[in-house]
Amino acid sequence: MLVSILHRVTGSAMALVGLPLLAWFLGALASGPEAYATFTGIMGTLPGYVVLFGLSWAFFNHMMSGLRHFVLDIGAGYDLDVNRFWSVASPIIAAALTIALWSWLLLAKGI
Amino acid sequence: MGNGTSIGRVRGLGPSHEGAHHWLLQRTTAAGNLIVMTWLLASFLMLPDFGYASVSTWLAQPIAAVPMALLAISLFWHARLGLQVVIEDYIHEPGSKFALITALNLAAIGGAAFAIFSVATLAFGAQG
Repeated sequence: MLVSILHRVTGSAMALVGLPLLAWFLGALASGPEAYATFTGIMGTLPGYVVLFGLSWAFFNHMMSGLRHFVLDIGAGYDLDVNRFWSVASPIIAAALTIALWSWLLLAKGI
Repeated sequence: MGNGTSIGRVRGLGPSHEGAHHWLLQRTTAAGNLIVMTWLLASFLMLPDFGYASVSTWLAQPIAAVPMALLAISLFWHARLGLQVVIEDYIHEPGSKFALITALNLAAIGGAAFAIFSVATLAFGAQG
């Protein structure tokens, strides 16, 4: 049940926060260096990083529960123990992927 | 609803009268999102930095501009389908539901158009 709620919450959050940010990112790039500097300046603050980190977590969480949906859609994975295992594993794998992404960004890119 | 085959006689008689097409498109765009988001994250990780020069040069190439335009279509479409379900689940008054879904459709199409036009502006070099 938590996985289902998280799927909806993370999807809604990405739609309402992530997509406007994507549009801003692309619009700023198209508008030139000054507009892009405004975008990176705001997203480079601590609240900006919190939003980006949250969106990346939302993405991986939604992706993992979405992949789980694909498996359930074909009629597999309904055994209680298998179903329970993946409902627990999905958010854990998502958290690990989020940490891996930001570790890469911090260590390799020095962000 | 048809009256020939047995499937034709029952099609559309479920409580919602529709949904299979919506359901399929949700999955199709989900698969699309998985591909384009994998591409986007891999591209971000391969960029030398996130400065204007690096990012705009990268995105102006067809090999990046085309997937980014497709990403905008797949993501906005998927979000539009997902938020529609959220609205249908929580808003029961028909007028409000109609108004919200109309607003959602306009916002999704507008957002996708803005994103695609921005990518095209970069790709076609309007900013030099």
